[in-house]
Amino acid sequence: MTGRPVGKAAPAGRVALTVRAARVSFRLRVRAALVVAGGLAVLALLMALSMGRGDFPIGVGAVFRAVLGDPENHYVVMELRLPRALTGALVGAALGLAGALTQTVSRNALASPDTLGISQGASVVIVALTVATGSAAGGAGGTLASVGIPVAALAGGLVSGLAVYLLAWRHGLDGFRLVLVGIGFAGVAANVKWWLLTLGDVNDAGRAMAWITGSLNARGWEHVRPVALALAVLVPLVLVGAFTLGALRLGDEPARGLGLRVDRDRSLFVLAAVALASVATAAAGPVEFVALAAPQIALRLAGTGQPPLAGSLVTGAVLTVGADLVARTAFGGVELPVGVVTAVLGAPFLLYLLVRSRRKVTT
Amino acid sequence: MTAPARPLPARRGSGRLAAGPRPGRVRRALRRHRPAVLVALLALTALLAAASVMVGARTVAPSGVWSALWHPAGSEEDIIVRSLRVPRTAFGLMAGVALGVAGALTQGHTRNPLADPGLLGVTQGAAFAMVLGIFALGVDDVRGYVWFGFAGALLASVLVFAFGGAGRGGATPLTLALAGAAVTALLHGLVSGLVLLDQQAMDTYRFWQAGAIAGRDPELLPRLLPFVLAGLVLAMANAPGLNALALGEDVARSLGHRVGLTRAVGVTAITLLTGAAVAACGALAFLGLIVPHLARSLSGPDHRWLLPFSGLLGAALLLAADVGGRLVARPGELEVGIMLALIGGPFFVALVRRRKPVRL
Repeated sequence: MTGRPVGKAAPAGRVALTVRAARVSFRLRVRAALVVAGGLAVLALLMALSMGRGDFPIGVGAVFRAVLGDPENHYVVMELRLPRALTGALVGAALGLAGALTQTVSRNALASPDTLGISQGASVVIVALTVATGSAAGGAGGTLASVGIPVAALAGGLVSGLAVYLLAWRHGLDGFRLVLVGIGFAGVAANVKWWLLTLGDVNDAGRAMAWITGSLNARGWEHVRPVALALAVLVPLVLVGAFTLGALRLGDEPARGLGLRVDRDRSLFVLAAVALASVATAAAGPVEFVALAAPQIALRLAGTGQPPLAGSLVTGAVLTVGADLVARTAFGGVELPVGVVTAVLGAPFLLYLLVRSRRKVTT
Repeated sequence: MTAPARPLPARRGSGRLAAGPRPGRVRRALRRHRPAVLVALLALTALLAAASVMVGARTVAPSGVWSALWHPAGSEEDIIVRSLRVPRTAFGLMAGVALGVAGALTQGHTRNPLADPGLLGVTQGAAFAMVLGIFALGVDDVRGYVWFGFAGALLASVLVFAFGGAGRGGATPLTLALAGAAVTALLHGLVSGLVLLDQQAMDTYRFWQAGAIAGRDPELLPRLLPFVLAGLVLAMANAPGLNALALGEDVARSLGHRVGLTRAVGVTAITLLTGAAVAACGALAFLGLIVPHLARSLSGPDHRWLLPFSGLLGAALLLAADVGGRLVARPGELEVGIMLALIGGPFFVALVRRRKPVRL
């Protein structure tokens, strides 16, 4: 295996190592790799901080020791706090990756699973369920709230994503048409959601609002497992397909020239994004802005031309866990849903990167 | 497929403004007769306005409308027409025209088909200022928080324009859209936080977000109308510059257009139009999103035609949705926001599916 930097004069984002082994060769962008490594370190620190905070404070060192098997604090850390932090990280990662896939396939920086109707579709189902079973109709049961809503959210997200995909299919899948159909669908769903919110009692509307802004409150291992499973299956598949994804970005004809089956490949990536976003939404509700911002932030940090896949995964996780930490601790006794803070935290950072960016970046 | 910040390839500049394939026979015919189509749209809007005055829980005959308007005698019908139906129709016309034109301007400036007038932060800015007014200052009077909404809209769009234009190269379609999305998300997060803490704000916010043109205070109309008219004038003045910008910023500059000025005028127009509309009628954002696409399929990409087409189509669609909402659930009615989505959404999806959409 040899590695060599490509050209001394290359701009910072372009410094790359060409790695050649017996059967494979690939280019490793140094700056992108540094972003991923740095992001993972920040993520670990944020998770430890998040697990340390609460009614029973634990130091960062003690948290790490407990995770590594120290019996002291084992119950609090492993059973109560780790699931919440892990749900946040995995949900963020899934949303980040789903956003990167959607933005690359549709070649539009504003596209995200939200524009494919997944968040709004899930929200409609959640609000309908909350309002229909609310205090006006006799009060929502505990099982319904803990099992019914996640399952309903998953179903709502998947059905909406598939509906948009099928509606957009016509002699092939065009990224532009997909996005247009998606915003049409999401617009309808959003209006239905707001209409349903005006029907119910104001208390039910408040509870539904908390769910549809995305919350990590009281998340256990049962929330971690589905997201972890989806990531474990889909991330390797997507990473293997990274070359295809890059080629799709060149446009239909060049991609066909490179030997791609454009419609099939694009469909697979879209369906992967739908699955990732739906599972994430089922675990934490539609956490806003992560899927849109994480790829754009990662792209600017890594200095690449398109959203980097690993970078988007890590950025999404950092954003979500960081937002949850702020949401839990910054407002005294009040614990806000994480979805409120993801935007408040992520948006200024994206704005800062926009102001600072030196060269024009597309998509 | 859009690639917002990339200058367009040279072939698009050759002769026609339209990108992509040559339009079909029907659309070519439509574009040859654009003045006639415009008159037809005007007639359609007038017809729908008349229907909006007549139709409702109590249907008023045309003769009754006529006498109520010109020789009011204080009868029940006169009161219904004068104090309920006419203001409602007027709000519908104002909001429809404003949001349609603002939508076309937003999509033109960001060159992004996903952009709606709310994208530049206007809608959420209005929502945030209003909710803050209710939460922090206890404003509970519509006439009070309308001005909060308007101020918030102005402030948010100034913020978006400042951030979108602060990087090297000034405001490009991509930086504008991203700055708008970021500011919108930021404000939306703040609004969600506030309404979760305060039930009174939550109650006002959910109805505001659903959007309605019924039951608005008629006093607001003359106060907001000047802003809408100013916005419309600025929008039409913006059209030639926007056409040039569609060729790419470099080309526009070399044709002698002042890109920064064009962008500033456009953003001002969008803010005035959207700010007035959402302050009065709530977030009817869906309208500004789909109307430009419908209008573009009739008028083609020339903004001098697209803007009036969008305005009329916006008013027609909003009134049609409102009248439809009164018909489907008699004697009650469905709010215009949900009707707009139920009518406009499928129509929009069908339109997108049927043919290759005109790209920006």
